[in-house]
Amino acid sequence: MSPSPLRIVAREEAREEAPAVRSRLIEIRGLTKTYRTRDGDVPSLRPIDLDIHDGEFVAVVGPSGCGKSTLLKLVAGLIPPSQGEIVIDGKKVVEPPDDVGIVFQSPVLLAWRSVLRNIMLPVEVRRLDRASHLERAKKLIATAGLTGFENKYPWQLSGGMQQRASICRALVHDPKIVLMDEPFGALDAMTRERMNLELQRIHFETGKTILLITHSIPEAVFLADRVVVMSERPGSVAAIYDVDLPRPRRLEMMGDTAFAALARQVRSHFYAQGQLD
Amino acid sequence: MPSSSRREGFARALVPSRIVNSPWVRPLALLVMIIIGWDLAVRIFSIPAYLIPTPWDVIQAFRTEGDKLLMEAVPTTIATVAGFLLSAAIGIPLAMLIAGSKTVESYLYPLLVFSQSIPKVAIAPLFVVWFGFGMMPKVISAFLLGVFPVIVAGVQGFKSVEGDMHDLARAMKATRLQTFAMIGLPHAMPAIFAGLKVSVTLAVVGAVVGEFVGANSGIGYVLQRSIGNFELPTMFAALIILALIGVILFWIIDLAERLMVPWHASQRHEILVTT
Repeated sequence: MSPSPLRIVAREEAREEAPAVRSRLIEIRGLTKTYRTRDGDVPSLRPIDLDIHDGEFVAVVGPSGCGKSTLLKLVAGLIPPSQGEIVIDGKKVVEPPDDVGIVFQSPVLLAWRSVLRNIMLPVEVRRLDRASHLERAKKLIATAGLTGFENKYPWQLSGGMQQRASICRALVHDPKIVLMDEPFGALDAMTRERMNLELQRIHFETGKTILLITHSIPEAVFLADRVVVMSERPGSVAAIYDVDLPRPRRLEMMGDTAFAALARQVRSHFYAQGQLD
Repeated sequence: MPSSSRREGFARALVPSRIVNSPWVRPLALLVMIIIGWDLAVRIFSIPAYLIPTPWDVIQAFRTEGDKLLMEAVPTTIATVAGFLLSAAIGIPLAMLIAGSKTVESYLYPLLVFSQSIPKVAIAPLFVVWFGFGMMPKVISAFLLGVFPVIVAGVQGFKSVEGDMHDLARAMKATRLQTFAMIGLPHAMPAIFAGLKVSVTLAVVGAVVGEFVGANSGIGYVLQRSIGNFELPTMFAALIILALIGVILFWIIDLAERLMVPWHASQRHEILVTT
């Protein structure tokens, strides 16, 4: 076997290490977040530096309450940082960027809209051209295996299908970046594995840059090009692992030595620190 | 099985199952039982007619005074509907304001709750002093009773939009108006309808309270006069008319809810049947 697919990359080095062919799409510089509450300031993120390249799939794992979701909300421009900055495609994030789609932990579909009209919601809100995006929505529906369910209401769909619809909604305006906040956390284990396969396919077919927040180590290793491990609150980047496993990855690969070694390596961070959950 | 199908066929021949299973049969059956129980109670305990009339006396009252009672029901219904519409027209925007602004909420909500503990019956005479006999005091009384449930339910409905839903709207750069029209309002509709249903029945009470203190027409006026004259059958007949007004108005709101929020959990069986 060639050099181990597993490598610890120092934070400083990670920034410099960008492959020459791919441009940096998201640049996170000295980012901190402190929440002001009645009981005083609660630090959520220690300075974070991270670069994400165009078309890259980055998974962030970390213990509960380490600020992974805060990181995602900062990148999405939903909350302002306390210090530091995020630059997406050369532009500093001060408001929600247009080139971003978000998938939340719950599908947050509107109960009074059919699946198709839910997926078209961003198009309506952003006042984009309806005809061309309808075409796109239908293609996404086919990709996500929701054909035949366009006119059903969200509650007529299973949890997995609802989440697939919400992924379609995040992709409908063709953003470069998709942010996912524990999107499969509420699904059962088997549905979750199938969703991982589908997400891999969507990533392969669309070439989107994906930032996935998850607390499942196998999910992170299975999907990501790089796994970012966060320390406990206040969160910071504890380590970054390159996952050099060949694509397309199959579920059976989870049993392979290389995969297991990676997963074990990632897991060791949490047991060294204490608890994962 | 032939025997069971024959039995079913036999039952269907007697009473079509469609009728047996229709939603109004069971409450009607209960009502018939209550009336029989009422009649039996009056006879067995020999309750004098000036305390409780028999069902038959009430039916007699309907036959002799039915037309007049229906005439009197008109102003009561108008006052109820006007008070209810006013409750909706003022209550829903007020709920929007309270849910949308912490400042408005902090000023207004405590006072609204405080004002609810003032008994409307006690201040109803004041409306007569202010607005004279006639429609106005009744409408205001119906409005004051009807508006509170609309506000409370509306505030809850508008506030119950999840955090992720807000984030979704902001990530799409939705304007305040878009967020309200596409997410906030539809989301609040089931709660608003729950409030409207309570409101419409309270509006009936409010209208009658208005008629008690200052009117020379309406069911409330008939109630008061018939009690004064010990015409208990007339009074019971008036009460039944009043209940019917409430039931019909409630039913109309229920129908509107089915048409406007067919997607809500409480209505879903309807859709499942049709698809």
